[in-house]
Order: sequence, then C-alpha cells, then structure tokens
Amino acid sequence: MNKAIAIRMLNLTKSFGDNIAVDNLNLEIEKGELFGLVGPDGAGKTTIMRLLTAVMGPTSGKAWVAGHSIAQEGERIKEKIGYMSQRFGLYEDLTVMENIFFYADLYEVPQSERPQRIERLLGFSNLTPFKDRLAGKLSGGMKQKLGLACALIHTPEVLFLDEPTNGVDPVSRRDFWRILYDLLKEEVTIFVSTAYLDEAERCGRIGLIHKGRILIEDSPAIVKNSLGYPMIEVWVEDSRAALEAVRGVDGVRSVNLYGDRLHATLESPDISRRVVERLGDSGIKISSLREITPSIEDIFLSQVEGR
Amino acid sequence: MKVLRIKAIAKKELIQIWRDPLSLAMAFLMPVMLLFIFGYAITLDVNNLKTVVYDLDKSNLSRELITEFRESGYFTVVDNVNEHREIDRYLDSGKAQVAIAIPADFSRNILKGENAGLQVIVDGSDSNTATIAIGYISAVTELYSQRIKGSRITPLIDPRVRVWYNPELKSRNYIIPGLIAVIMAVIAALLTSLTIAREWERGTMEQLISTPVKTPELILGKLIPYFVIGFIDVILSVMMAVFIFDVPLRGNLVLLAALSSIFLFGGLSLGILISIAAKSQLVASQISMVATFLPAFLLSGFMYAIANMPKPLQIITYAIPARYFVSILKGIFLKGITLKFLVLETVLLTVFGLAVLALANKKFKKRIV
Repeated sequence: MNKAIAIRMLNLTKSFGDNIAVDNLNLEIEKGELFGLVGPDGAGKTTIMRLLTAVMGPTSGKAWVAGHSIAQEGERIKEKIGYMSQRFGLYEDLTVMENIFFYADLYEVPQSERPQRIERLLGFSNLTPFKDRLAGKLSGGMKQKLGLACALIHTPEVLFLDEPTNGVDPVSRRDFWRILYDLLKEEVTIFVSTAYLDEAERCGRIGLIHKGRILIEDSPAIVKNSLGYPMIEVWVEDSRAALEAVRGVDGVRSVNLYGDRLHATLESPDISRRVVERLGDSGIKISSLREITPSIEDIFLSQVEGR
Repeated sequence: MKVLRIKAIAKKELIQIWRDPLSLAMAFLMPVMLLFIFGYAITLDVNNLKTVVYDLDKSNLSRELITEFRESGYFTVVDNVNEHREIDRYLDSGKAQVAIAIPADFSRNILKGENAGLQVIVDGSDSNTATIAIGYISAVTELYSQRIKGSRITPLIDPRVRVWYNPELKSRNYIIPGLIAVIMAVIAALLTSLTIAREWERGTMEQLISTPVKTPELILGKLIPYFVIGFIDVILSVMMAVFIFDVPLRGNLVLLAALSSIFLFGGLSLGILISIAAKSQLVASQISMVATFLPAFLLSGFMYAIANMPKPLQIITYAIPARYFVSILKGIFLKGITLKFLVLETVLLTVFGLAVLALANKKFKKRIV
C-alpha cells in the first residue's frame, strides 16, 4: 500500500509564533495523481509546499514524500522531487540554456541523456526559439515554463508547483496545464497549488484550504456536489438590494454575490418560488433564474461560512 | 561532495559576475584604485617643507646658511620677510611650516666663535612632520657649522648608521606591501559577502535548496570564482607595487603567491560566513567592511607598530589575519625572507581559514526559517 502513496501527511503542523500556518494536516496523495491545493492567499499553501519539499521544518507532525520522511530524510527527498517555488527562483542573468544546464548539473543528469531530455523539455514548453535569451527577459508565462523545465530535468517522481500559473495569461495557462496532463501519462505525481478556483477543476483531486486547514478534499465533481442542497443562479438588475432581499427568505441557506448574479443555496428546490416572490415584492427585476451545479467557489464560500 | 556540482555553481557564479558591470568593477577596479589612491596619499616622508626666511644679518654667512637649507632638498623657501610679525602670519595661515630667523649679529658671533643664536620655528600642529623637520634642521645646521669651522672640531663619536631593508628610508617601501594586505583583506571579504545574501534576496535560494546540492558544494562552488578574482587582484597589486611605486621585491614569487592564496582563502571564507549570517546584501557588505577594514588598517601593524600598542590591544592583534599577511608581505617584499621565517604566520592563517570555513559550513542551513 505504501508503494502507491506518493505523499502522506500525518498531523502536519507549522506555526510561526502564535500564527498557525498549517494546522494538523492529514492527507494522502497517490502516485500518479494530480492533486490541487486550492485556496486564497495566506491560506498556508506555500508553507505546505515548503514543508513537503523539505526546505522548511515542521513544528509538529510528520510527512513522507516518495517514501522518505521530511524531517529525517529531507536530502533524499530532494533527489526525487522537482519544485517550482512561487517566486521565480531561476537566475534572471543566466540564459534559458544556462539555467537548464545548471540544474542538470545539480541533479547530476547523465551527460548521455541530456541532449534528448533538453530537446524534449524545450519542445513541449515552446522555449526552443528562446534558448539563448536571458531568463529575466522572458514573459511571465515563459518564465514559468522554464521553471517547469528546470524542475523536470531529472524526471522527478513528485513535482511540486507553487501557484505556477499566478500572473500568467490565459493562453499560457492553458498551455501549462496541457504540459501537466502530458506528465501525468508518465506516472509523475503532481502536487500543485492555485488561488484560481476555476483552475481547481483541472485537477484529479483537490483540497480546499483555508487558514491552514483542509475544508474538503475529493475529486472536483464530488466536491461540487458536496453541498447536498440545490443551488440557483439569479441574474438581477440591482444585485446588492437583491442580496439583502434573498437573505431574508425562509429556506435559503446562503447567498453569494457574483457581480450581477446571485448564487443561493436552498433547503429544497421549491424554495426558488419564494425567492422569486420576494424579489417581486421588493421591486427587483429578474433577468433569469435557473438551477445550477455549484462551482468550486460556491463550495469554498459555503465551507468557509459553515465554520 | 560532487565535483560536477561544485563546477556548476562556480561556473554560474562566474557568468553572473561577468554579466554584472558593478560586480566586475568591484572585483577588479576597486583594489587597483584603492592601492593607487592610498599608495600616493599615505606617505610618511617629509619633503619640500615650506620655509620662510627672516634674515636680519644679510651677510655672506647667512646667505650660505639659507643655501644650505635650500640645497638639502627638504626645504623650499617660499618667501623672505622683513618683519618678525610676518613669520607669525605665515605659520598661522599654514603657508609655511618652518621659519628661519637669522639675528643681525649672526656672522659677527660666528667669527668671534660664540653662539650664533639662530632661531628656527617649526609648526608643531602635525607633530610627526615637526619631529622629522627638526631632525633635518639639526642635520643641516650641523653640516653647516662643520663646513665653516673647517672641520676643526672632530666629534667624539661618529656613528655610522646603516639602514637595512629600506636603505633610502622611503616610507612608501613599507607602506605599499602593508597596504596590499589591508586592501586584500577588505576586498576578499567584500567579494563573497554578497553572494549568499543575494540568492536569498532574489528568491533563487529557495529553488537552490530544494535540489540535492550539499552545503560544502555550494560554499566551495562560490569560493572558487572569487578566489580566482582575488588572486588576479593580488597579481595586479604586486605589479603596481613593483612597476608604479618602485617597491623592491626581493623575495620568492612562488612563496608570495602561495601565502597570498592562504590569506585569500581565509578572507573569502569570512565573507561567505558574513553573507550566511546576514541574509541581506546591504547588511553583509557593511559588516564585512567594518569587520575587515578597521582591524586591518589600525591593528595589523600596517600603520602603527604593534610593539608600541597597549598590551590588551596587542593581544587582540593576534586574532586579526591581516596582521600576519602584513608581516608576510613586508617580509617577502623588503627582506626577501623565506618560508622558514614565516611558519607561524602561515600556520595561523591556515588555521583561521579552515576555522571560518567550518563555521560557515555549520551555519548554513538548507532551510527557510
């Protein structure tokens, strides 16, 4: 059983003084999974990444990555993982190739395997035309792809990516995810964090994290259906007034505002009639109303509110 | 330890220095400039003492005396004054450092064989210069009296002083080798003090410590390129000393290179240690300046003889590596001494370097926080 587990956390905790950044985490990630750690800034995502990559020590609890303890065998772990820190960690005054060669040397990639590996990495990241460009002169998306290429140069067992698509344009973001899917075919375990809730659906399994705690953890489909209650989406003209009005309706569990629309969780589907009546009474015009599957964001908000 | 990784880090570091004009300037221009500026600025020789003459006698004998002063090469007569008050003006304003007042009965007294009563006033506000000036004045007047008396009186004791190692007593000859030691102490620590801190500041360290690179590999990889730079700096400095400042280089060049390497290794390791402890480039560079420049300048025996210091200070000087390098450089340059006379210095410098390196290795953690 242990073989199939790539990452295991047991009561993993990290605190900085009084501030508990990671609170008693228990999680298992299987080999070959694409696990997404999803949550807002300051939720503790980076700290978890640092603990698992053994660049930071835990306050208490344990964790194993690729079969090695993060506390005792950190250096063994470092041979088997690839890590892309949140802040661009490569040398901006070195060229693309110089960065790649530097990391190839650090990971002791055999000379004989280098040409084909580098060619492949440059190929899938579309960096080939920029081989001799200084890393600092690359666009945001390119930088992230170079970071990924450097983290993959030694074909790691587990790949840790800390908000790899942060500040990257949508097209590059899609490219980036395509690369990750290709890696999954090679049995690489990917542990990725993101603050973009819409990106969570791209993962095989996600954990919603808030204030150092995992709120809910499962496949995106199951997470989205975890509400256990129907949800309606209402497009209105005066959404702020509508928010107040709908909040007071009996049988409405929660309401969230998304610009011109509201997402409301209902005790039962027939409550939606009461919502329509209340909005009509308040003189608010409804453009459309339909039952929807909650988004990851809805789940996140309802989970945070439930605490 | 893997040579491949050490090489990778050394190469990366070299590329970074090469692409950064500021680092390059600090590596090669700064030591040369410092040596040039300090080499010319710091001189303990006294030449061209500005002198005013107040000659009331206006005789052949008094004119001969003035000529004697002028021709000694140490005095430059800036003016002849006709009033005693004017001497005050010259000395007060600093336009003259020496004033010679020749009384009206100067030649008469000499011819009578009596004391001629020559008055010489020296600006004592720079006591070092004053002491030297007084020495020159006595020499010139003595020479003069001997000449006019036709060497009738032979002195009872006639010491024949021979100055070894620096026969012309040129202060530059002993200042420059010491100066090289001081400058290299500062440059060595300064060069490496930025390298670890820079990686933390730029965020490249987090990536680096997530790889299997070992601490000694990282430290050695960072030391090697700066060692090469430091060594080039030593070569440049020695060449400047010999060809620009005309300092005699009497010792063995190989010995000079070997001992300089040992010193550099300690200085560079100190910079790395500071860089590890400080984690910020600004703090690291300031600490390394203060930690190397002041002790090297004041307590290494470069400026002030250690034997003349109070006992507690003397003890402190043993902990200052520049002290040993100053005596090594002075010894090799001026005395041409061999390793036999520098064993203690060599051993202590080696111990210092190894200790600092071990400390740096222990202090560096591949961890954040």
